[in-house]
Amino acid sequence: MTIETDEHGQSGGTWTRLMDRKNEMLEIRNLHARIAEDGTEIIRGLNLTVKAGEVAAIMGPNGSGKSTLSYVLSGRSDYEVTEGDILYNGESILELDPAERAAKGIFLAFQYPVEIPGVATMQFLKVAMNEQRKARGEDELTTPDFMRRVKDAAGKLQINTEMLKRPLNVGFSGGEKKRAEILQMALLEPKLCVLDETDSGLDIDALKIVADGVNALRSPDRAVVVITHYQRLLDYIVPDTVHVLYKGQVIKSGDKTLAHELEANGYADIIGTAA
Amino acid sequence: MNMQTTSRLTAAETALIEAFNQQIGELPGNGAVTALRDRLLDDLKKAGLPTRRVEAWHYTDLKNLLRTVPPQAGDAGSEALEPLVADATVLAVIQGHSNQKATADGLGVSAYFERLLDGSAAGGLDALGSDDAVGRINGSFVRDGYVIDVPADAELENPLEIQFIHAGGQAHTRLPVAFGAGVKATVIERHLTVTSDAALVSHVSDITVGEGTELTWIILQQQGADDTHLGQIRIDLGADAKLRLFVINAGGRLVRQELNIKVTGEGADLTLRGINLLGGDSHTDVTMVLGHDVPNTGSTEVIRNVVFDRAKGVFQGMIRVAPDAQKTDAKMACNTLLMSDDAEFSVKPELEIFADDVQCGHGATVTDIDANHLYYMMARGIPENKARAMLVNAFVAEIVEELEDEALVEALEGVISAWLEKHA
Repeated sequence: MTIETDEHGQSGGTWTRLMDRKNEMLEIRNLHARIAEDGTEIIRGLNLTVKAGEVAAIMGPNGSGKSTLSYVLSGRSDYEVTEGDILYNGESILELDPAERAAKGIFLAFQYPVEIPGVATMQFLKVAMNEQRKARGEDELTTPDFMRRVKDAAGKLQINTEMLKRPLNVGFSGGEKKRAEILQMALLEPKLCVLDETDSGLDIDALKIVADGVNALRSPDRAVVVITHYQRLLDYIVPDTVHVLYKGQVIKSGDKTLAHELEANGYADIIGTAA
Repeated sequence: MNMQTTSRLTAAETALIEAFNQQIGELPGNGAVTALRDRLLDDLKKAGLPTRRVEAWHYTDLKNLLRTVPPQAGDAGSEALEPLVADATVLAVIQGHSNQKATADGLGVSAYFERLLDGSAAGGLDALGSDDAVGRINGSFVRDGYVIDVPADAELENPLEIQFIHAGGQAHTRLPVAFGAGVKATVIERHLTVTSDAALVSHVSDITVGEGTELTWIILQQQGADDTHLGQIRIDLGADAKLRLFVINAGGRLVRQELNIKVTGEGADLTLRGINLLGGDSHTDVTMVLGHDVPNTGSTEVIRNVVFDRAKGVFQGMIRVAPDAQKTDAKMACNTLLMSDDAEFSVKPELEIFADDVQCGHGATVTDIDANHLYYMMARGIPENKARAMLVNAFVAEIVEELEDEALVEALEGVISAWLEKHA
């Protein structure tokens, strides 16, 4: 600590910038991405920086590229990055497949969690946790340790463990699916959490449970990107920064008051200003 | 086509006929059996092996696919293997020969060759019809197997596993099993290979299921990569009997598995579940002919196939509902996962319904791994290969889980994952 203060004293503004850089968990630079199948460009020169410990909200009207951004971050092969870069802890992740990104700590909570018949939720959780641990050179979890973790996390999210014996997401209600996503997030302990429209289809009680689950994961070494159409979720997961996405670019950034502004005036004002 | 081409014998046909001639006087049987054998071979000579012009063999042109015929299987060089589930009672047929001293608690067990010698086997030895090439070959060449009687009301605590162990060469076996009324039993008919030498196997199981009997019969075919397996099961299902028939193919190069099922007792119910794990250059055909002959019977058939590499698969499912078999309820489904561009699976459902108050349906799907499923699993950190294996496994494991018996489910899931690890 004392050494840092000394260096700070010596190098002034440069140090501050270095410190900032060091804290940048996610840095998206001039990103262009298109749908692989038909070449439609969705992300058109997007810049965004999220620091460790930060909760960043991405808001935008329908079709602005919100979900595409989440897919591109997770490495979905249906999208191609044509220009720019995504740095995660200072390193480009563009060459990594979704599993490698996940093992590095990137987690996407899906807007529409996928139903997978024949794969029991419990088995899926165990394989995912252990595969990530293997990729990081850690020991696999013992069954009792795994069970204990699942029970704890499920309890906090008011998930009945009987549900976890069923095939993954099959026959889960909308709310159960979203809670199951947050359960996975809690168990996998990612460093960068991307929540894609996690509030859609949730009633107010379920929304609170999910928000509590996310808030419990807030920590100085973890960043959360909340993608949402409405301000409602941000009453429960209060963001540090808010970014407005429009036509594949961030057209305005601010603090949480920006979200309230959007709620009051709609997107038209900001879009008008930017255009 | 000109007549000369169709009547010319292939190398395999010639080899079969020569093999028969070499064994004259050696094949067990009294006068009646010998006469029947001669006739069956004569039919084979005249008709040749079936080609795609024979409707029942349209997708499995045996004449073209059966290229070579190995010599008669050598002496038994192996012992019975560990059973699939620990507590099972094991009867072994090694290189086509039974163990004459074999017994099983509470069951009547004898060697089939004795029935050939005393002629009591002659009645059931004939082929089922002019297209029954498997029955023809088996009837000509069969030497041994077991005859099993399960007395009425017997409740077998542990599964009965009948192992057919091969180590290259020809083996032709039979397994007549009569279940009395009110029996509860699980039988595993397991065909496997212990060497890499090519085997040609023909096998016929012939089972009668007594009134009210609850039977689970599992055919597990795990033969070698160069083997030919021509299998047939003939089933007579009595009144109120419940049969769960599982057919699992996880081996062999050329496989034909025929299921000939007659539902002859009112209130009887059949559950057929099939799993075909196909890889390499193999060709596997499961052909079912199911007859609902009496009123108030039911059946469901679900076949799941996973096809890798250049493998080809076939499922033919024929359901015949006799004119007075009212209230028949039959449902058939065949689902295939194609895992490569060169993999192939042909499905032919056939319903012949002569009664007017029945429910019969069939459906077939062919897909590859769902890209959304794969992406979702990878997004949770599961590497692509592992995710694929899990998804394929899930596709077939669903079927196995219907068995409910935990030890059996676990053992069969083990067979499936071991196969997938080798081929996926």
